Amino acid sequence: MDAFILSRLQFALNISFHILFPTITIALGWFLFYFKVRSNLSGHPVWMRIYRFWVRVFALTFALGVVSGVTMSFQFGTNWPGFMEKAGNVAGPLLGYEVLTAFFLEATFLGIMLFGSRRVPNWLHTLSSLVVAIGTTISAFWILSLNSWMHTPQGYEVIDGVIYAKDWSQIIFNPSFPYRLTHMLLASGLTASFLIAGLSAYRIFRGDDKIAPKIALKTATYTAAVLIPLQIFAGDMHGLNTLEHQPQKIAAMEGVWHTEKGAPLLLFAIPDEENKTNHFEIGIPRGASLILTHDIDGEIKGLNEFEGEHPPVGPVFYSFRVMVGMGMLMLAVAWAGSWYLFRKNTLPPWLTKVFMGMSFSGWIATLAGWYVTEVGRQPYLISGVMRTEEAVTGLPPANIALTLTLYAGIYVVLMIAYMSTLTLMCRRSVEIEEISSEEREQAKAAREQRLAQA
Amino acid sequence: MPFESLSIETLANIYLGLLGLAVLLYAVLDGYDLGVGVLLPPRNESFRDDMVASIGPYWDANETWLVLAVGLLLFAFPQAHSAILQTLYLPATFMLLGLILRGVSFDFRAKVPQVKKRKWDFCFKYGSLLTTLTQGYMLGIWVTGLRTDLYAQGFALLAAFGVTAAYAFIGACWLILKSEGELQSKAFHWARRCLMVLSGGIMAVSLLNLSLHESVRELWLSSPMGYVLMAIPLACFGLLSLCGLVLNKLPKAGGKGEWLPFGIALLVFLLCFTAFGISYYPFVVPGKLTIMDAVADASSLRFLLVGASVVVPCILAYTFMVYRIFAGKAEKLSYY
Repeated sequence: MDAFILSRLQFALNISFHILFPTITIALGWFLFYFKVRSNLSGHPVWMRIYRFWVRVFALTFALGVVSGVTMSFQFGTNWPGFMEKAGNVAGPLLGYEVLTAFFLEATFLGIMLFGSRRVPNWLHTLSSLVVAIGTTISAFWILSLNSWMHTPQGYEVIDGVIYAKDWSQIIFNPSFPYRLTHMLLASGLTASFLIAGLSAYRIFRGDDKIAPKIALKTATYTAAVLIPLQIFAGDMHGLNTLEHQPQKIAAMEGVWHTEKGAPLLLFAIPDEENKTNHFEIGIPRGASLILTHDIDGEIKGLNEFEGEHPPVGPVFYSFRVMVGMGMLMLAVAWAGSWYLFRKNTLPPWLTKVFMGMSFSGWIATLAGWYVTEVGRQPYLISGVMRTEEAVTGLPPANIALTLTLYAGIYVVLMIAYMSTLTLMCRRSVEIEEISSEEREQAKAAREQRLAQA
Repeated sequence: MPFESLSIETLANIYLGLLGLAVLLYAVLDGYDLGVGVLLPPRNESFRDDMVASIGPYWDANETWLVLAVGLLLFAFPQAHSAILQTLYLPATFMLLGLILRGVSFDFRAKVPQVKKRKWDFCFKYGSLLTTLTQGYMLGIWVTGLRTDLYAQGFALLAAFGVTAAYAFIGACWLILKSEGELQSKAFHWARRCLMVLSGGIMAVSLLNLSLHESVRELWLSSPMGYVLMAIPLACFGLLSLCGLVLNKLPKAGGKGEWLPFGIALLVFLLCFTAFGISYYPFVVPGKLTIMDAVADASSLRFLLVGASVVVPCILAYTFMVYRIFAGKAEKLSYY
């Protein structure tokens, strides 16, 4: 294999592994802030117990995100030097702003959030939770701005093959950015919601009858129930934006080989790149035209119009269906869960198990969504400006093969460790009596008082 | 746009300064927590717990300086970034693996059963060691101007041990500051041992350094600047000898002046760094690429500088605040 394929594999591996963790922490930070505020407002100790459990999950997830993120920043230079040589004038400041305005903020205030509650006043601890949540969101802002710019570049000029920035507000707020940012933040909200609901369901399933997991489950399920329709709407808007700017990606997503009017919405098919057709199509007639052009006879441009300029169809087509399918499942589960929790204040055993099974459903949907958008940009690294193969390194393939193997190995180990540690934390929390020594003292004093009176 | 009046030379110098600040802060801050990792004793669990607790609130932010340094190099001097990291691809990857291992061990060890905790401690220690060795090795190769011959490898190997000793030294000084009782006496012992190795390392690196580049030799041996440069290793020795005295006196000083060894270590780091800076200015890759060869587009540099001039002081301020909040002896590591 050559350096190009190996570098792509390595980058895909790194970014796939990395994105899992920020996807959780972006929204989990806001959940933690909410728990902390509820604790301050109500004074009920249960909110602090929920906070304590989830802040530990946050710390672990954050650590994995940090270490896998550091490797990304090295790979720009090592594996894709052409990208920085050509687009560094745009990418550099955006990445620089991310480090300056977000990384330090998150990492520094996380220290206070985790270890500072005894050393700082309560308001500062609450503020730190807020700052960490804001930090993770700012981080998403910058990175998605750069990513969106690579999809829909504007505000630049090319002189002697090098890109120069012309208008920063156009670069940062490029056409696909608002849609992509919204879509990603909602995805993070759903990922965190299903993780909280899933692990809480697991605790309940293991016999945890304390109120903390119940309240966490409720909070997360209701949040998911509200976010999922918003996400479907945002996704639809994002799709329309993509149709406008990257019609070849839409054609691949929908499996439209030849430009047609009244294109069907394919629920399932096997795209055949060689013969430029689909097998085993199951579709809703005129559905795609209706959704994308809001007209049942609307014209959808086919892949035939983008010969040599369109992405590989299979991965984009399948990933899109995985993402949408997972979204539909989330909708059903979140609404069913909300109905039971609202009406009966508890979940039936089968639904508890479904929630457990869906703990990491957000990861699947997010990854699938990213494959749609990133593979969908190929063969370009920057749409219409720079092809991916122009950016690749001259490193010896054997070296990349070695590092790829090492990364793959360590990521497998970390993933197993992460999953098993989360499971273990849940199991332990079932056994722990979550009452602080203060509360025990209070209860003891009250009992003694009663005894004295009797 | 602001900073319109700054020429590209000035911008290149400003960014070199920022890069230098990031590298220095990284070496000092992540230096002590890497050093604590390297010193982790395999057989004493309570020491390990206390040592990890002493760096708990800080390591994450410390490591961010590395991200900033690499980011600044990537953005302000892209050619240097790609030359350095492509030559050092394998050691850089091993460093990253080391950083990954130690970064996650830190969190995992607190959440798993006793048996597994030892394994994560093992990962923490050897991940830290792998990181410090590869960082020193990379520094060595960088100093030679990215040479890969046997002599350069030998020099880089020496630098690997030198940097590890330096990190372990500042780590031990940190522990003196943050610990008490038995662990503190152990930290005194470590600091004294590392001090010896470090002194030897500074001497060897200073001398060998002269054999690497014609221009550096000239600067050190036959220019007026040479006196200043010569004074630096001497000053380091003065400081390290002083530190040796302090390390002998402190255990009987009843808790007074415990910050002294760390303060001295800080000065030594600063001095060594200054010597490097003066020797190799204006090169970003010694002997090969100057800052003006590698500098990026001026208007992009100006754009980031607007943010940096506001944000960097804020970062320094809240970093300082956190060190104030967690000042004093480390507490047992528990989240609450």
